[in-house]
Amino acid sequence: MSRHRALLRYLATRVALAPLMLWLIASLVFLLLRLAPGDPIDALLGTRAPAAAREALRAQLGLNRPLFEQYGHYLWQLLSGDLGSSLTNQEPVMGVIRDSLPASLELGSVALILAALLGLAVGFSGIARPEGRLDLAGRLYGIGTYALPPFWAAMAMQLLFAVWLGWLPVGGRFPATLLPPQGSGFYLLDSLLEGLRSGQWQQLGGTLRHLILPAGTLALLLSGIFANALRLNLHRTLDSDYVEAARSRGLSETRVVLRHALPNALLPVLTITGITVASLIGGALLIEITYSWPGIASRLQEAIGQRDYPLVQGIVVVISSLVVLVTVSVDLLVALIDPRISYD
Amino acid sequence: MEAWVSVELEDLAAQAIALSTSPPKTPLSLAGRMARWGVAIVVVYALIALLTPLLVAAGLLPDPSLGLQNPIYGPPSLAHWCGTDRLGRDVCVRTLAGSGVALQVVVVALVIALVIGVPLGMLSGYLGGWLDRGLVLLMDTLYTLPVLLLSVVLAFLLGRGLPNAAAALCVVYVPQYFRVVRNQTAQVKSELYIEAARSLGAGPLWILRRYLLRNVITSVPVLLTLNAADAVLVLGGLGFLGLGLPETVPEWGGDLQQALTAVPTGIWWTALYPGLAMFILVLGLSCLGEGLESWLSGSGQGQHSDA
Repeated sequence: MSRHRALLRYLATRVALAPLMLWLIASLVFLLLRLAPGDPIDALLGTRAPAAAREALRAQLGLNRPLFEQYGHYLWQLLSGDLGSSLTNQEPVMGVIRDSLPASLELGSVALILAALLGLAVGFSGIARPEGRLDLAGRLYGIGTYALPPFWAAMAMQLLFAVWLGWLPVGGRFPATLLPPQGSGFYLLDSLLEGLRSGQWQQLGGTLRHLILPAGTLALLLSGIFANALRLNLHRTLDSDYVEAARSRGLSETRVVLRHALPNALLPVLTITGITVASLIGGALLIEITYSWPGIASRLQEAIGQRDYPLVQGIVVVISSLVVLVTVSVDLLVALIDPRISYD
Repeated sequence: MEAWVSVELEDLAAQAIALSTSPPKTPLSLAGRMARWGVAIVVVYALIALLTPLLVAAGLLPDPSLGLQNPIYGPPSLAHWCGTDRLGRDVCVRTLAGSGVALQVVVVALVIALVIGVPLGMLSGYLGGWLDRGLVLLMDTLYTLPVLLLSVVLAFLLGRGLPNAAAALCVVYVPQYFRVVRNQTAQVKSELYIEAARSLGAGPLWILRRYLLRNVITSVPVLLTLNAADAVLVLGGLGFLGLGLPETVPEWGGDLQQALTAVPTGIWWTALYPGLAMFILVLGLSCLGEGLESWLSGSGQGQHSDA
């Protein structure tokens, strides 16, 4: 009863805080971009541009108005889903994000699934003999994958599989000789549908060939987190009373591990998935650029290179909001399904 | 260099395995060994960082940013052990010099983060109230954001330079010290001896400095080491994105960005060595951090506890 109420209170606070966090992020990005040393006009036009041109651009960007008015306008725009338009080609920022986000989401979700499979396999492999060779190898695997610089791992994969062995393309998302599939922007899905409709599977093949290296690299980097989490949780569960009880009933060790310990050890892995999303994005940013994957990170790097303030601002706000939303949803999900956590 | 590394890793693994098959009764178990290896790696890097500028000044090593007289993209040879890059600069010397650069930026960034985060966390935890709630919300928000994204934004705004890169990094770590220190302060402040000190007339500043700081500071070394490992990676990431330090500075991430364009032509030496140097340093710092953690939380159970 009291746990139920505490849980409800926790859920309510978490949900109520999410918009507050989003507002904080939006305000921080705004403040940082306005208060940072250096005039964006200088950055865009150079210090020797004619005064008239500078003033015109300042008015166009709304930078000549008082700060709080700019802030109000900015928040209002955000609420109505308008992120302004890019300085370099006048494209609406929202459109740029909508075009590039599917590529990143596709790469990220495939990598996350692969990472979970690989990591859980590594984490599980050491269980037969705790503190044995495999178990320790698993521990070193965790530290090793964490210490790998993402872009360096990606370059090593490129050298090995693309340049020396020639099995896979060096970068990009789709073969230049084919027309990319139309539809949702998720090439894997689009080309699969296209293949089912027309019986032509080149598009799906091309998509997969380009996806393997980036997704595999990202999965390798993230799998250590899963491996560590499962290993620790399995050790903890295998030491617990109910597993001892199962053993003393004479159940085989395999059955104890698979039916009794594993399901409980897997639950915290969901929490880990939530935490991983933030590092997934950091890693994905670098992986995308190494493999010239046309996702949101590549657009962010372009925008940074061109000092395109509205585009940088828009992309950062959107990515951060996604991270906050995912983190909060995972917290809620874990709170709902894991009865062991108390909320006092 | 590569061979040396793999030998070292094999040793580490072999020792760990030998250790585990015959569980020792001494407290110096796997955790202690990891910490030792970590210290060794970090000391080697610190020595390289100190000696490289001296050797360059003495003329025993070539200048890391000059190379016009050398062949461009020369493969590893006797004259240039790790080859030369697209401007003919010696990859070996640049990689060695990078260790000093990385350690400098990371140390400056973490010291700033510590100096801001620890007092702020203690004040927030001790005073409580609205200030505390506001700060916790702000720090939690910053903590939720991807580390790299946060420092990319700051590095973009602050421009290139050593202090700028350190500032861009430190913002990521302030929330971590704040959270740990604040939670611990909030816990410790209701202890009886704090109550006693207060009733004897001790002011808040005296209590914070005299009683709370010592309790709270013990959790810092582990966090500091693990953050140093993380900061090396983030600095490299910034460099790889063309942010952070000026282009002329021999920084591993920046060198790897330049190496990326040469990868499709099969030139591996410009990519291998800076990344390897980064990998081993992060590995060393992580081992040190994890070793310290299980050693401190120890109670002789070092070989069972880990990250």
